[in-house]
Parts: sequence; structure tokens; C-alpha cells
Amino acid sequence: MRRSGDAEKGRHRPKAEVFLSPSPRPTTMKSVLKELMFPLIAVVAAFLVGGIIVWIVGDSPLLVYELFFTSAFGTLDGIGYTLFYATPLIFTGLAVAVAFKCGLLNIGAEGQLIVAAFATAWVGLVLPTWPTMIVLVLAMLAAVLMGGVWAGIPGVLKAKFGAHEVITTIMMNFIAVGLVSYLTQYHYRKVGDPILETFPIAERIDGVLVGPHIPRMSVLLGWVGISFPDRLPLNLAFIFALIACVVVYVFLWKTKWGYELRAVGENPSAAEYGGISISRNVVMAMFISGMLAGMVGINDVLGYRYRYYHDFSASYGFTGIAVALLGRNHPAGVLLAAILFGALIRSGLFIDIFTDHVSKDWVVILQAIIILFVACEAVFRRRWKKA
Amino acid sequence: MLRNIITLSLLASMIRYATPLTLAALGGMFSERGGVINIALEGIMLAGAFTASAVTVKSGNPWVGLLSAAAAGLLVALIHAIASIQFKANQVVVGMAINILFLGVPPLVSGALFESTGSTPQLPRDQTLPEWHVPLIDHVPVLGQLLSGHTPISYLAFAMVPISYYVLFRTRFGLRLRAVGENPEAADTAGVSVYRMRYAGVLLSGLLAGIAGAYLSIAQNSLFTRNMTGGRGFIALAALIFGKWHPVGAFLACLLFGMAEAISDQMQGVVPIPVQFIQIIPYVLTMVVLAGFIGRATPPRAIGIAYVKENR
Amino acid sequence: MSDPKYAVEMRGVSKRFGEVLANDNISLAIPDQSIHAIIGENGAGKSTCMNILYGFYTADEGDILIDSRPRKIASPGDAIRLGLGMVHQHFMLVEPLTVTENIILGGEPTSGLSIDYAQARSRVRELSQQYGLRIDPDAVVGSLSVGQQQRVEILKTLYRGARILILDEPTAVLTPQEVGEMFAILRGLREQGKTIIIITHKLAEVLALSDNITVMRDGKVVGNLPTKDATAEGLAKLMVGREVLLRVKKDEASPGEAVLDVRGLTLRGLEGNTVLSDVSFEVRGGETLGIAGVEGNGQTELIEILAGLRDATSGEVLLEGASINNLNPRDRKRRGIAHIPEDRQHRGLLMSFDLAGNSILGVHREPPISGRLLLNNEVIVKRAEQLVKQYDVRPPNIALPARALSGGNQQKLIVAREFDIKPKLVLVAQPTRGVDIGATEFIHSKLIELRDAGAAVLLVSAELDEVLSLSDRVIVLYEGHVVGEVDPKSVSEEEIGCMMTGVRPGGGEAETG
Repeated sequence: MRRSGDAEKGRHRPKAEVFLSPSPRPTTMKSVLKELMFPLIAVVAAFLVGGIIVWIVGDSPLLVYELFFTSAFGTLDGIGYTLFYATPLIFTGLAVAVAFKCGLLNIGAEGQLIVAAFATAWVGLVLPTWPTMIVLVLAMLAAVLMGGVWAGIPGVLKAKFGAHEVITTIMMNFIAVGLVSYLTQYHYRKVGDPILETFPIAERIDGVLVGPHIPRMSVLLGWVGISFPDRLPLNLAFIFALIACVVVYVFLWKTKWGYELRAVGENPSAAEYGGISISRNVVMAMFISGMLAGMVGINDVLGYRYRYYHDFSASYGFTGIAVALLGRNHPAGVLLAAILFGALIRSGLFIDIFTDHVSKDWVVILQAIIILFVACEAVFRRRWKKA
Repeated sequence: MLRNIITLSLLASMIRYATPLTLAALGGMFSERGGVINIALEGIMLAGAFTASAVTVKSGNPWVGLLSAAAAGLLVALIHAIASIQFKANQVVVGMAINILFLGVPPLVSGALFESTGSTPQLPRDQTLPEWHVPLIDHVPVLGQLLSGHTPISYLAFAMVPISYYVLFRTRFGLRLRAVGENPEAADTAGVSVYRMRYAGVLLSGLLAGIAGAYLSIAQNSLFTRNMTGGRGFIALAALIFGKWHPVGAFLACLLFGMAEAISDQMQGVVPIPVQFIQIIPYVLTMVVLAGFIGRATPPRAIGIAYVKENR
Repeated sequence: MSDPKYAVEMRGVSKRFGEVLANDNISLAIPDQSIHAIIGENGAGKSTCMNILYGFYTADEGDILIDSRPRKIASPGDAIRLGLGMVHQHFMLVEPLTVTENIILGGEPTSGLSIDYAQARSRVRELSQQYGLRIDPDAVVGSLSVGQQQRVEILKTLYRGARILILDEPTAVLTPQEVGEMFAILRGLREQGKTIIIITHKLAEVLALSDNITVMRDGKVVGNLPTKDATAEGLAKLMVGREVLLRVKKDEASPGEAVLDVRGLTLRGLEGNTVLSDVSFEVRGGETLGIAGVEGNGQTELIEILAGLRDATSGEVLLEGASINNLNPRDRKRRGIAHIPEDRQHRGLLMSFDLAGNSILGVHREPPISGRLLLNNEVIVKRAEQLVKQYDVRPPNIALPARALSGGNQQKLIVAREFDIKPKLVLVAQPTRGVDIGATEFIHSKLIELRDAGAAVLLVSAELDEVLSLSDRVIVLYEGHVVGEVDPKSVSEEEIGCMMTGVRPGGGEAETG
């Protein structure tokens, strides 16, 4: 599959656009379209199949499509919620993408974000008397480090014993759930609370939020004079997510460490030849992946609930796999895919309410179909090229 | 005396919990021995559990429900097989997609059929699978309480252990399946169709995991509830690895993990250990085995790799 | 035998792969119940020819006769039905299964639903006794030695009723004792009515074992003769053949101090077999040392040890007098060792990375290519563009992925990258494999340029021409040890051909050790 055609055309391109990578940023309109085409086809096809399901269940597909667009993008509230739901998915999508760039499939983002979220709350709970700002910084550090450690364990097992990271991360997910639910239930729960959640770390006193937390978007935008409804839970973590996209991009494609990590993922044998340690990069990739997953804890605990709530994750870790896959493991793609999935989550409730038979589970099904289609896409891509 | 009864009922309960695990683990074994990693057991079980319950509600006959569950399992496995064998998609990603798919499908269909997305209607007692009392053993004091009075699926699960062993190690099919999972190229040159064997392995896993799901909704319980497998598909996967991809090993692991579940269910508050610690035992043990601290779990060599026949 | 019956005849068989004519009008006849050797250098077309016979490939032209009847062999299945069996150089065995299971796979005897293991086992015993292939039917194949595994492979073909056995390089993986046993087995098979075809390059073995010989070179049959009429020198000349073309213009070397000093390098394989045995040599600055030898005689491992990609069992490697045994590949590169790997796509390139990304592999941590935090894009781009221009990599677009280049241009990119570090020592393996003529000449001239600039060059190539024309001195490697050193200007093709195939000029097998 030599692309000599591209080669000829590419010769006249401006020289500055070199990114040391498999086209991380397609530079011509045509190549952008080519990158986008198959994920787009997969999404459109999934929506069509999803529409058929709606029709079988007895509702109007067109109504559902309309509800999807209007509820997710039609109002400021819709957009705010869509971005809020997209925030954890950006983190987990990036997490899966970074591991994938090193040739690893991190199925364990779910467990990593659970331990990280708990650790975030835990810092707030055990340091009630410390200055809020210091606790806030420590809590964020805890989120990132705990996620990293939780992913780092399968990384070490892979590097040292060759244990398959897919299996070990699955196991770590369940261990995470067990441990955290134990700690919450036995040590950090308000007596008599029927919900599995910890004490709050920040509380509203006279309308002012007291305790370690990160500000909502309304506050942030208020500082620059833009008014934004306070009812929307979109918070600073979304900005962090955008920054994470840029940082991951720079790390992967602009630093020597990112270069090494990608080289190991591309061809371990050639990486070794280039003096790159495979095992060190495997551990590092998993650690970074876990750190990114862990940042979900910042969004939920410090930006939204101000406590650890045991069922807070709507399968963010698993959806992250879909996000990375659909986003072609590139930060820009991850951002777009996360917004799509965020929109799905947002619209689920509306679809549930405003249709007769379709429940919000429809969006879960749609996610699965998108993953299936994207996973099978490579074959079609190959056939397309042959044709 | 009291201690005796507790122990006995605990053991009987272990058998009940081990039943779906055993079926799913044995199913996973056929898939993985053939070289297809199957993390979709969870999703297939959910599909089976929902189908069994829904069909039984509509037909009034749990046996029809059971058969439908098996068929549903087959169908889901077929999706897995087509994507991962034919289209050479990443086996793990496909498995994940199936798991997510069946978080969504049952509630949606349930909502359409029964106006309730949370669960299917409760089945009357006579529409769940019967408990079979084994004629002779029934009256033997200890053995009777332990081994008699289970549903047919439990007996099927136990029977499947030697049957799986026989199929895997004594038949032509088993030999070829193992060969395909270890060295597909060698099997291919010996005239064995790699694709056909892998399809068979994955479909068998669907059949057994579908039945395992049915056990949850029309035998152990009498309705389907949202996400009712609660990770049992993954525990089965863990048991498969802990049992080193061997039918007897996997069965023993299922008994062990079933025991953990029985303890965490029955002993809550009785023993001073938090239930969560018992629940994570299967996963911790599997990690330990994977790290090589207790023996070594070596997966089939070609697992996870799509077979591409060389073009000549 | 006045009227020999032929088990296999090939008449005018040709096979073309794209541009390459791999088999050109091959004709040969193999008498029934004989051992027939097909010899030739790497790439002479032996394997293609046998793969056609076994149905892996279909010939473009020509006829194949089995037992004097024209046959169409479209698949290995057809070949098996006609009584052919093939033992590949890389065994097709399922390691966790037992000997019996491997042998019966695909043709299992059954009783009812079960495999009839008793019958299978006794059949395996029977075969193993009949043909003298001693083996435990219940042993797990993965636990067997390579020699025993080979017996399993032969038994597999016999179990399927093969009368004509094709063995591809059967002794390549065996120890000397095992070779002796294998010969006895093959002779025994012949006595019991089997016809045996072996593909090999080891002349001593050919002379000791075979009845008839077919010599191939450049896809053609250049000789068909009975072994009793053959001499090692004659065969070597036929195999190597052509006059060595000194295509490369180079001045007399003016060697300086020793740059690389290899002392007693020994490497044992996983099976305990010897891959390299007490290899010692030195390469001085300003000279090219060539290593001649048929592939698979330890060259790959030698180069990987020198590059730091593999540990030797014992021995020492000195660079300018200092031991580099414990240095990793990166540190070796820092000390001035460049490496052009033999498998450029597997080792040398990141195929989906762009040319700029590939141009820094191995030096990506060095300033000014990388700063403390960020890679220096400007430096990388400038350097890459300069390299691409200087080494004539086409198309000269550094934003293209490496896989978009032709083989020759990929190789030029690697050469550019490696030579850019101003190496003291260059390890060069198969530098022009799969590379077009233009790029070959270019790479050769660059190698000489580097030598003339005072670098030490160690060259491994399966192309004898290349070794002889580029090198100032040549050592010959055979089965992991240095057979001897020759002067590339004066050595005759018989002499070097004999050394490469394990015979000393004037007869007798090369001494080991």
C-alpha cells in the first residue's frame, strides 16, 4: 500500500508543517477530510442503526434526532451540560489515547478514576483544618498521582512479567470499586446516610461555597465580565481538560519522551534499536494514562459534588475507549468525540422524557454501535484503498 | 449442630453462585483456547438473562426462555465472531462494545415490552426453572442438602465440566481448537480451517454464557434487573485465568469465587470482615497469578491476534 | 539402472514475482528412491522451485510430473494427495501439544466421537520404528530439542503417506551429532522406498549424502549431475559462478589504529547450540572488513551483539581499546558506532512516522535535536532536509511517512541518519538488499567515502560480489566460527565458495573451533 500519489502531490507543501509523526495534524483540506471521513461514516451509520431501533421500539427516529440536537446544542444550557458531560470523557479519552500510542490498551480508566476521585475527597476529609488553597492543590495532586499509581501497577506487571494489560486493568477496576466502597462505607460516611458517599468537603454556607473546590464556569467567566448561568455545573475542570489536550499533544509530538513513547508503540524492535527502553516507556505510558483518568476526580469531586459519591462515574472509563477510538487517538479528535458523547449523555434524559418508548438507554446502545463500527473500520479502510 | 447447618447451607449456596460462573468460564475457555480473547462474557450473560426472563414472561414457559437465552447468547457471540474474526477488529474493543451494548439493550427493550426499563415483571414461582431433587442422593443426609434441589442449569454446569474436558482433550474438535489457539499457521498447514474453529469457539462461548445468564433471571431469581450480572462475566474471566484455561481448574476457581460470593451474601454482619474484601478476592488472586507469584498463567499463544492468511 | 523411474520431473518451469524472474525455465528429474540435493546461494531460486512443487505457488509456465504422470498441483492439499511432504525450515509445530497430537493434527483417527489415541500412538510408534525416527509419542513438543522436533516434522509427512519428502535446509538448526543421525535417518528412508529432496548450501553434506545434485544460480539450473562425478571445488564454482565484478572504484586502503577489537566472542542459543564460537577479529580505522558467508551462520547475531542489542555468552568487544561490553545501544551510538540493520523495516524504521521523525531515531535525545523539554523542530527539519538532499532520498519530502518510500530510498534514509553521527565504526548488514541498482551504487560510494575518511567499516552481506568488491579484507563465517581470512583481490571463487560451504579447498570438512 504505497501512497506514491500523495508523495507526488505532497512535494509542494510548505516546509514548516512537520510534526515528526504519522500525520498528527493533517495539513491539507483533503487529508483532513480523509482522517475525518471514516469516523464520520461510522457515526452516521450508528445513528442510522440507532434510528432503526427507535422505529422498531415504536417511536419516530426523526423526533429522536431532533431531540438530540436541540437538547444538546440548541440552548446555552444544552451546550453547558454537553460540555460538562464531555469533560470526564476528554480526560478518559486522552488517557486511553496516550496508552494506545505506546501500544497498550488501558481498559482500566474506570478503576483509575474511581480511586483518584476517592483520593481527592480523602485529602479534603483528612485535612479539614489546613488552608483551603493548600488542600485544594494537594487534593488535585492526589487525584493525578492516585490515578497514575493505579494504572502504573498493570504497567509494571506488563513490563516485568509480560502480564496482559487488558486483563490486569480489568481486575484493577474491580479491586478499585471494592476498596473504595469499603473505605467510604466503613470510614467516611455520615452515619445513617442511605447513599454510599463520603462527608462533603465543601459546603454552601449562606450561599457561599466554603471548603476546597474549583470554581464554576459562571464564576470564571464573571471575572472577565461575561455572564454565564450559575445553575450549570460546567467548571474549571473543563478548562483543565482543554489544557490537557494541548499538553498531551505537545508531550506526544513535541518532546523526546513523547517521541520515545510513540516509537515503542509503533515498533518496539526499532525503538530498541534506537536506544529506547521498552519497559520504561510502558510503565510511563500507563502512569500518564492513569494520571489523565485521575483528573476526572477533580471534575466530579472538586468541581461538582464536593464529596466522593460512589456511583458518580457513568462508565466514563469505558466510554473513554470509544472516545479515543473515534478520535483516532489524537487530542483534537478526542475533544470532538468527547463532545459528541457528552451530547449523547445530555440528550439521553430528554429523549427519555419526550418519547413514548425510547429510554435513555438508547444513547448507551448508540455508543456501543459506534465502537463496533469504528473497530471494524480498518477493514473497510483497507478495502477502500484497494478499490 | 447450628454450625453444621450454616456450613451446609453455605456450601449449597456456593454451588448456586458457582453455577453461572462455571458455565461462563467454560464458554470463555472455548473462545480463548481457540485464540479469541472474550471479555464480552458479561454482555452475553446480560443478553441471556434478559432474553430468558422476557421470553418466559411472554410464553409462560421457562424452558422456552432457557432455549431463547441460549439462542440470544449465540447471536451475540456471532456479532463478536464476525467483527473479530472476519473483520479482524481488535478483540478487546469488540468485547467492550458488546458489554456496553447490553447495558443498554435490555432496559430499552424492557421498556418497550413491559413499560418498565428497570426490570422485567416478576415471574410466578411455577414459571421459573424447577428445582430438581435427585432421587437417591436426596435422602442422604449431608449430600442430599448439598447436591440435590438445584435447578437443571446447575446440573448442566457440573456436567459441562467433564464434557468440556472431554471435548477439549479427547475429540478431534478439541485438538484442532487448541492447535488454532496456539499456532494457527501450523494448524492451517495441517489442513485445519482456522476461521471455522475460531467461529466455533466463540459461538460455544455465547451458548454457554447465554445459559449462564438465564440462570440468573429464571432460576436463581425470578426477574431481570438492570445490570444484574454485576460483573459476574468478569469474575468468570478471572476464574478462567486463575484456572489456567483448564476446565477443571476453571471449575475449581469458580467454586472458590462462588464461595466468596456466598460468604459475602450470607455472612454479612456475621463475620467481621467487610464484604468488599471478600468480593475482591477473585480479582486479587488473578492479579497474583498473572504476576507469576503462584504458578504462572500462560494464555494460549495466539490469543488476541487476528489470523490473516498469507496471500500467495 | 538402465531405465530410471522418476519420482519427480519438472520441465521448463518458470515463476515470476513482479519484476523478478525467480525461476527461469527450470528442468530437473529426480529418480525414484534417491536422495536429491538442490544447492545454490541465497536467492538462487531453490525455495521458490520447491514451493511450486509443493503447491504453495503455482508456476507461470512449465509442467510437473509425479511418477511420470503430468499433475496439476494447486495447493499443498493436492501435493499431499500425490504423496509429497514438506519439512519447512521453520517448523510448523504446536508446542504445547504432544508429539502424537502434532502428527495426527488434521487427520485424526477416531472411534466414535473420540480421537483414538491408542491407535494414533501405536501408528506413531510403528512409523518411528519403521523409519528409525526415535521419539516419545507422549512428549510435549515444546520440551523437545530441535533435532527431535525435526523428526516430528518428518513423521508428520510420513503419517500422511508421503513418498516424496522435501526438506528445506534440514541441517541448518542441528548440532553436528544430530546431523549425523539425520543422515542415517534419511538414508534409511531411501532404503524403504522414499524419495528425498533436500535444499541446502552445505557442500560437504551434499557430497556425503546425496545421489544426485541440481545446482541453481540466479533462478536457473546451471548443473544437474550425479554426486559421484562432483567435486566440492566444481560445485562451489557452479554455485558462485560468475566472475566477480569489481563495480566499485576505490583506492588502496590506508588503515590506521584498530578501532574495533573483538575477542573470543561466543554465543549460545536457547537450545544450548552454538551460534557464535570464539570469534575474534579487528577492524582498523580506514579499512573495510567484509564478513562473507551464507546467511544464518551467525552474522545477524554478531552484528546485534556489536550494536548492543544482544548479549554475548562470553567474549569481549573493545572500541578504541576500551571495553564496550556493558554499554546499551544509545551509549554505543554516542561513542561513534553507527548501525545499518539488516532488516530495515523491522529494526531500522518507524514506518508510519515521517522522514523527519525517522531521521532522529537514536539521536533524538542529543542536543541540539532535543532541548531540555522540547524537541527542536527547526533543527530537526533543517537537518532532515539536508540529509534527504545530501543522500538523495526521493521524494525529498520530509513530511511523508517512511512507508511511502521505495526500499532503496528507505535504505538511503537510514544510511543518511547513521552516517550523520560521523561514526568511528559502522556496522553494516545487508546494505543493499531489495535496493535498486542506482541506490546500491550510491550506498556503496558512501561506504567508501566513509572508509576513506578514516572510519572502520564492518560489512556483512549475503551478496558475495558486494563483500568482495567493497572490502579490503574478508573473513568467512561458517556455523558461527571464522573459517579463515582471504584477500578479496586475489581469492578465487572456488576457494571462497568452499569456505562458505564448510569445505576446505582440497577436500575435507572445515575444522570446527
